[in-house]
Parts: sequence; C-alpha cells; structure tokens
Amino acid sequence: MECWILNESLSIILVLSWLGVNLYLFIDTFCWYEEEESFLYTRVILGSTLAWARASAVCLNFNCMLILLPISRNLISFMRGTSTCCRGPWRRQLDKNLKFHKLVAYGIAVNATIHIVAHLCNLQRYHWSQSAHAEGLLAVLSKLGNAPNESYLNPIRTFHTNTITELLTTIAGVTGLIISLALILIMTSSTEFIRQVSYELFWYTHHVFIIFFISLAIHGAGRIVRGQTPESQLQHNVTFCRDHYAQWQKAAPCPMPQFSGKEPSAWKWVLGPVVLYACERIIRFWRFQQDVVITKVVSHPSGVLELHMKKRNFKMDPGQYILIQCPSVSWLEWHPFTLTSAPQENFFSVHIRASGDWTEALCKAFRAEGPAPQELWSLPRLAVDGPFGTALTDVFHYPVSVCIAAGIGVTPFASLLKSIWYKSESQIQLKLSKVYFYWICRDPKAFEWFADLLLSLETLMSERGKAHFLSYHIFLTGWDENQAVHIALHWDESTDVITGLKQKTFYGRPNWSNEFRQMAYAHPSSSIGVFFCGPKALSKTLQRMCRLYSSADPRGVHFYYNKESF
Amino acid sequence: MGQIEWAMWANEQALASGLILIMGGIVATAGQFTKWYFGVYSIGAGVFVCLLEYPRGKRRKGSTMERCGQKYMTKVLKVFGPLTRNYYIRAFLHLGLSVPAGFLLATILGTACLAIASSIYLLAAVRGEQWIPIEPKPKERPQVGATIKHPPSNPPPRPPAEARKKPSEEEAAGAVGVSGGPQENPVPVIDEVV
Repeated sequence: MECWILNESLSIILVLSWLGVNLYLFIDTFCWYEEEESFLYTRVILGSTLAWARASAVCLNFNCMLILLPISRNLISFMRGTSTCCRGPWRRQLDKNLKFHKLVAYGIAVNATIHIVAHLCNLQRYHWSQSAHAEGLLAVLSKLGNAPNESYLNPIRTFHTNTITELLTTIAGVTGLIISLALILIMTSSTEFIRQVSYELFWYTHHVFIIFFISLAIHGAGRIVRGQTPESQLQHNVTFCRDHYAQWQKAAPCPMPQFSGKEPSAWKWVLGPVVLYACERIIRFWRFQQDVVITKVVSHPSGVLELHMKKRNFKMDPGQYILIQCPSVSWLEWHPFTLTSAPQENFFSVHIRASGDWTEALCKAFRAEGPAPQELWSLPRLAVDGPFGTALTDVFHYPVSVCIAAGIGVTPFASLLKSIWYKSESQIQLKLSKVYFYWICRDPKAFEWFADLLLSLETLMSERGKAHFLSYHIFLTGWDENQAVHIALHWDESTDVITGLKQKTFYGRPNWSNEFRQMAYAHPSSSIGVFFCGPKALSKTLQRMCRLYSSADPRGVHFYYNKESF
Repeated sequence: MGQIEWAMWANEQALASGLILIMGGIVATAGQFTKWYFGVYSIGAGVFVCLLEYPRGKRRKGSTMERCGQKYMTKVLKVFGPLTRNYYIRAFLHLGLSVPAGFLLATILGTACLAIASSIYLLAAVRGEQWIPIEPKPKERPQVGATIKHPPSNPPPRPPAEARKKPSEEEAAGAVGVSGGPQENPVPVIDEVV
C-alpha cells in the first residue's frame, strides 16, 4: 500500500479541487462581466450586481451538472470495476458519494442565494431607471427600444408597473421562482431529522428535482441579460460615446447601440448528467422487469425474514447490497438490503428485519399463515436491482484483516465469512492468513442466525486444522442481572451459554486500546486492514485507534481503516 | 406513507421560510427598494416565525432530536397552551403572516415558502397532530439502597448459606433485623489454643 498518505488526504484534495474550480469559475466570470465592453451599458444601469448574478449562475451550472453524478449508482459501480490505478484510495472515495452529493447541494444553495439577491437588486434597478427621476445616460439607455429599429436594453419598459408583475411575466422570473421553491422543498425534506422521521417523505419530495431541472433548462430562454451586439460595437465606440449620449443618432460617430440577449447555456451543462441519470432509471426499470425466483423463505424468531433468491446473470461480491421492490407492498419504493450469501453459492440471500412500515408489510406478506407452509408460487413477486456498493473483497488483499461489526452491521460480514469459508474449502492459496472478527451486540436474539453461521465456521476451521485462522470475539453490551447470574453459574463450561460457541462471549464494550495493541504486537510488520460496519461514534474511535497504533516506521505495522457505508 | 408526521416537515419548512423572510427583508431595507417598509415587516415576521418554530415538537413514536438550546423557547411556548399546541391556529397564522410580505418582490419567495408550510400544517392538523413540548427528563437519582444487596449481618467466620437461611427468613418475615447482643454461632467454634 504505497499510497498510504494518499489514503487519508484524498478526500481533502478532492473537496479542495471542487472548491477551487468553483472559485475559479466565479472569479473568472465576475471579472469578465465587470470588464467586458459589450456589457458596459448594462453595467451603467445595474452596477456590479450583474457580475455577481452571472458569476453565481456559472457556479450554479457547474454544481447542477455535478449533483446528479454521485447518485448514479450504476455509473459508480462501473467506475469501481474499472479503476486500476491506486485502486484502494480511489475506490474508497467512491464510497463517499453521498457526502459529495450533499456538499454539491450546499454549493447550489449558497450560489442560489447570491444569484437571487443579485437579481432582486437588478430588477429593482431596471425599474428605477425607467422612472422620471432617472437622468442622463441612464434615462437614454432605458428609453432605447421605444423607437422602431431599436433594440432594447432595459427589459422593464415602463415605470407604471411593479417588479412583482415584471417577475411573473418573464420566463426567467417564473422559472426562477419555481426553481427556488423546488430547491427549498428538497432541502427542508432532506434534513437528517426528516430522513429519520420518514424516509419516504424525503425520497418522494426529492423527486421534485425533475421540475428543478426542467425549469433550469428553460430559465434563460427569455434572454433578458442583454449585451451590445458585436456589429454595434464596431460602429459605436463605447468609450467615446458614453459621454456624448445626447448626440446619439442613426448615423455619425455614435449610432444607436443595438443589444441582444445572451442565449441560455444551462442546458448545455446539465444535458449530459441528466441523460446519464435517465439511463440509470431505465436500467432500474429494466432490472425490475427481470424475473426473480424465490427459492427459500425462512422466518427466524424476533422478526427476521431470510429470503433465498435466484436471478439470471446475477454476480455479487461479499459486502454488496441490493435494492428490493415488492409491488404488492408499494409500487414506488426500493429498499436496500445487504446480501448475506457468499458469491460461491448458487443463490443470493438477504435477511430482513421488520423495523418500519415497508419491512413489516413485507414480512407479513411472506410469513407462513399458520402452521401450513406457503406454496412458492403464491408468494408476492419481488424485483431486485443491483448488486451495488463497496465490495468487502479488500479483506482478501491484506495478510491480516480485522472485521468489526456493531449490531445490525453484522450483515455484510455474514457474506464475507461465508466467502472465506468457501475459499478455504476450495483450498486456493489465500494472501489472507488471519481474520479477527469483533461483534458488538446488544440483543443477541435478533442475530441467532448469525451465531449459527459462526458455529458452523468454527467446526469447519477446526476440522481443517486451521483453528487459528479465524479468531472472533463477541461482546454483549446489554444484559440484566438474571442473565449475569446465569452466565456466572455456567462460566466453567466449555461452550458459551448464550451462543453455544467455543469462544466465550465477553460482557460490556471492548477495550479497543488493548485489542489494537495486542494485534500490533502479534503482527509487527504487516498491513492490517480494519473493516467496520456500525454507528458513527464507534467509527471515529476505531479510526483514532488505527492512527494511534500504526507505527511511524513504513516497515512496521500499519492499520488501514475502511468504513462500510450504506 | 401512512405514518408520516407532517408537522415535522412543516416545522422545518416554516423555519426555513422564516429565515428567507428575514433575508429578503434585509435586502429590501438595505437597498431601500420601492415599498421597503414591507421589508421591515418581513424581518419582524421572519423573526417571529423563527422563534415560534424553533422548538421542535415531540414525535408521536420514537425519540426526537432536540434543536440546540430549544428548551428556553419551549417554556415560552408552553405558556400559550392551546394557541401553540393547535396546528390549525398555526396554519392560519402563517398564512396571515405571509400575505403582507407578498407585496414586495424581495420577500415573495418567503411568502411562497411560508404559504407551503401553512398548507402542510393544515394537513397535519386535519390528521389530528398536535405540538407536544419535549420535556427534559428528570435526572434519575441512582437508588443507593436497591442495587446493593443486604450486606452480611454476621461477622466472619460465617457458617454456609444453608445454616444462615433460617435467621434471614425470620428477618424477611417482618421482624426488624437483630444486630445487637452477643453473637450466637450456630456451629460451635473451637478455639485452638497452642
């Protein structure tokens, strides 16, 4: 892993590049509009708010182009599959796509604010320059367009109107209002709180982006940002004529200046990403049409439903997830679930826990009614899209890997451990020689299906004589006094009383300093990959541990942190 | 979609509208736009809406993330009782507040946003939602007595548990624990003197 410095700082570099491009576009456009001769007369009326509005508009175009790219899941999966240079760090950046999407959204919000405020001032100034009190060059410029064969500069033609009417009678004004409303609706329904309260509200309201992009494309169609035409500039020398506005005539040194509107350019920026995203949704629709055969349904206690499915040409890697849709529950919703089967199996499976409207309805639809098992043909139809997501195959690239799962974060590791099992069964020579697995769990009952998997792995490993390959530690963080007494009484037995496994369960949270220190001593000169799936607080702790216990010596032990993002 | 608590979204939308009204008002007043006095109104209305909407109501199920420092405004809002609890009142209040700001260009966006928030509040009110203040949880004092089991009342050497059961049963039967008086050892203690 030569790119270990790149590892940590690639995110920062990418964010700074994005910021840099934004600043460059802003400042470059600003200076252009402030100095460009063809806009000199426009600046006489508007001042520098013209430049502010145009500069923020260019940044808005840039950011609106970028915003659709991080959420094109198939594009990202494609890039993940093909990037070959410095694979690790770049692939980890692809995991942060949602963070980038949010960053670009903030960029759009900031630029939209600048743009709106600047145009409010512009509209007001256009209106004022039509008043009877306007004098000199201002008045002359505003009257341009009243006579035949003159092109106008001021889009507001008379003082006897108000700015609101002018806003609502121009394409730019109406579309601008619609775009702003769409943006605000999207942003207020995307706050973290609302996503927790109701993910569906967030998801459905977000689709207002369709209105956003359509309005954006036609926003400039009215061409109300006007500058002098090149032909007029040749005949009418602005530096001389601006002071001789009283003598402008049809001919002579200062003929009437002619103006034309700037053609809309937003559609050129966003066309590509919109087409790409449209393809995304078409792919999703096509995948929806494909048949998914359900081969097995297992209903575990504590509300966990296991589904085994088959689909043509379905290839997965451990740690990936799929999106599932069940038309009989909801026509529009696709929900993500981590795959819990290994790639070597001839089916793929997910474990679904009933913890919200959709999952509860799904579990109810699949659960056997009473003791008699349901026929497979009477089960509701499912559609599957994917697999997406970061593959945990990076685990196999390190000689030592540490997998840490908290609570429901254990599901990607189910797939991984099964995959390890299959690989060691097929006796391929693996680079990976030791796996540490930490599972921190409050309620083991919900994951007894995972404990079964660990039990079978344990037996297999000891059969193969590789009992030291996998070392797992289970930490139970929620227990009451009755359980404690029960555990204390059975302490001396050879298998654990809660899980039935040979390795005993620990109680309370792990002491990460101790764990990392022991691992650093046990593997003094290896690269150790750390893989985590669980809550943010623990993620921060683990990142800190990785930094603390990685040695400063490049030949010493190094911990590389990979977070599973879902 | 059945379980959406619309009031939560209406609250976010109204808070955003308040901020937009304030911003539009500042732009209009600072730039001395035509009819800029509507801008002053808009700043006032915006501040009022922000203060009213800052404390989040409690969700019907699940835990609610409080906004930083909202407990002070929660106390103020509780004083008004049904005026702040009822979402119909809030819906019409917001609708009323948004109308004057609609006469000035700089604040028209705020008007539109507040009107949308008002309609979401109306929807929430129709579905029977109410603003419930988030009460601070009373700090649970750890009960010192309950977690510690009765310490042994006999000094060592103590006979095994079975022999001790009888005296503790008598204690449990309601008699006050006897602790005074000479120690009665159930098992004879032989003192070996060398």
